[in-house]
Amino acid sequence: MRLEKRHQQSSLALVLAPVGAIAFTMLVSGLLVMWAGAAVARTYGLLLQGGFGSVFALSETLTRAIPLMLTGLAATVAFKARLFNIGAEGQLYVGALAAVAVGGMHAGSGFDQVPVAVLFAAMMLAAALAGALLLLGPALLKARLGVDEVVTTLLLNFIVLLLVSMLLDGPMKDPTAMGWPQSVALMGELELSKLIPQTRVHSGLLWGLGLALAVWALMKYTVLGFDIRAVGANARAAAFAGVPVTRTVVLVAMLSGALAGLAGAIEVAGRTGYVTLDMSPGYGYSGIVIAMLAALHPLGVVLASIFVAGVLVGADSMSRAIGVPTYIADVIVAASLLSVLVATLLTQYRVRWK
Amino acid sequence: MSDFLDILANQSFWVAVLRIATPLILGTLGVLLCERAGVLNLGIEGIMVAGAFTGWLAVYAGAPLWAGVAAAAITGAVFGLLHAGLTVGLALSQHVSGLGVTLLATALSYFGYRVSFPKVETPPTITPFGDMDWIGLPVLAQQTPLTLLALLLVPATGYLLYRTPVGLAVRMVGENPQAAEGQGVSVAAVRTGAIVAGSALMGIAGSFLTLSAFNAFFFNMVNGRGWICVALVVFASWRPGKALLGALLFAFFDALQLRLQQSGGAVLPYQMYLMLPYVLSIVALVLVARKASYPQALMKPYRKGER
Repeated sequence: MRLEKRHQQSSLALVLAPVGAIAFTMLVSGLLVMWAGAAVARTYGLLLQGGFGSVFALSETLTRAIPLMLTGLAATVAFKARLFNIGAEGQLYVGALAAVAVGGMHAGSGFDQVPVAVLFAAMMLAAALAGALLLLGPALLKARLGVDEVVTTLLLNFIVLLLVSMLLDGPMKDPTAMGWPQSVALMGELELSKLIPQTRVHSGLLWGLGLALAVWALMKYTVLGFDIRAVGANARAAAFAGVPVTRTVVLVAMLSGALAGLAGAIEVAGRTGYVTLDMSPGYGYSGIVIAMLAALHPLGVVLASIFVAGVLVGADSMSRAIGVPTYIADVIVAASLLSVLVATLLTQYRVRWK
Repeated sequence: MSDFLDILANQSFWVAVLRIATPLILGTLGVLLCERAGVLNLGIEGIMVAGAFTGWLAVYAGAPLWAGVAAAAITGAVFGLLHAGLTVGLALSQHVSGLGVTLLATALSYFGYRVSFPKVETPPTITPFGDMDWIGLPVLAQQTPLTLLALLLVPATGYLLYRTPVGLAVRMVGENPQAAEGQGVSVAAVRTGAIVAGSALMGIAGSFLTLSAFNAFFFNMVNGRGWICVALVVFASWRPGKALLGALLFAFFDALQLRLQQSGGAVLPYQMYLMLPYVLSIVALVLVARKASYPQALMKPYRKGER
């Protein structure tokens, strides 16, 4: 078998690709639901209802989508420039730590008189900077020494989690937490306001949407955006054409790390109020899935993150009702990632069997 | 300092080193095979989970231990075939398909475990491999046959890669697929074979955890060991002998931090010791970076007839 590039995209394939991807995903997960001994249609019904079926369900889905949106943007920016940042998980955690360090640990240090708005800005800035700096190391190692960033960013995730664990045992430990490993709480005034009363969805959603728009505009209308796309398409050709490749990679790293760092700060300020070791169930890794589902389009990230969040939230509620394990959500997400990749390819190439 | 020497003088320390190293040796050889053929396989983390699960499940269902190992290898091979289909057949991004395979394999294993054992509080156990007392060598006698298998696979992989036509073909498609195709070597077939074989080794690496190191399947039991293997291959400059060395070195520091924690003389928070192996991996990567001899076609999808 061989692949042959299509000279023009077939409009039939463009329509069929997403349909096929969805059908394949439903088929795989449907078989698993049957294995678990549940009725397939009812399971999907409950899953949809649990993720999108009521104001409460929708608010939970949007709450879950906020960090995914930000890590999805982080992956999008980096992957566009072919900087394979697998470290968004670690960057999220250092962002959360930085947010609490600025916004929760200043009591009695003479900063009490600082206006809340200034403190809030400092908190967000610190989180963005922390994430950016964490990715700067691997990016520089890649640019200067050719060290593979996939491996270094992956390993840094483990180091950061241990660092979090260490700080929660030590300097950032909440003395009132009765031995639970959680950090000092963020100052109440710094918490993000709720968008809908009686729900958990918070103004972090606006941050996510705003940043998605900003990233989209950056990619489309600025020189940096052009450079990023050029480096991603062909770094050698870009260098030949005068694009400052190293500088672009470093800027991309700062941007990507900052977005992931903000995800951590916004989780703390919008949802948890403090840092725990399990505040992110792999949001950093899911961000990569979301970026790919969105075909690396910043606005697509918004939709993809709501889809993934809806599946996760819906599966929780479905599982409580009929006992199909919640891991079905991870199967759906993984299968949709792979089938979307294949479907996208088939819109650009045709397969010749011979 | 005397603490440190006490630990090194203790035979049980070296037993632990070899035990910790075993899944890393198997996994690293698996990654090495894939990468020598030019394909990054980030599926390893999930494939190890799936191997750990199916190997254990087979034995729990009554199969002999070696059949469990075979089940793990087959599971690995199946996910390898999926990765090969995506990265070789369809020439998709190797990073992304690898992560996709990891997600899928992990999710399927956890789902399967929960469906098979919906309400268990403590994980059901099996009788794992016993020590090889018959071997009569210190340290090795306190290991299970899977460790011996891992150690034997190191020279076997070396022989395969450097002394056989198959190995030559694998290295060719990893360095220059166009030239290999010109010599009549089917790039797709060789790459697929290497990924399937390498993934089978990753599956066995996972089964070591449930059939030898422990006697049950836990969530998160692989806990990043797969990613470590990906780092170790770079550290090893894609050579089997150095891969063994790297795995032993990593295991040495891992075992050391455990002992230092236990000895109570730990001045630093225990997390610092846990970080040590990861930090050293990064340092090692930086040190070898300048002379790292990456397979030239690694991570470059190859589409026949396309430049």
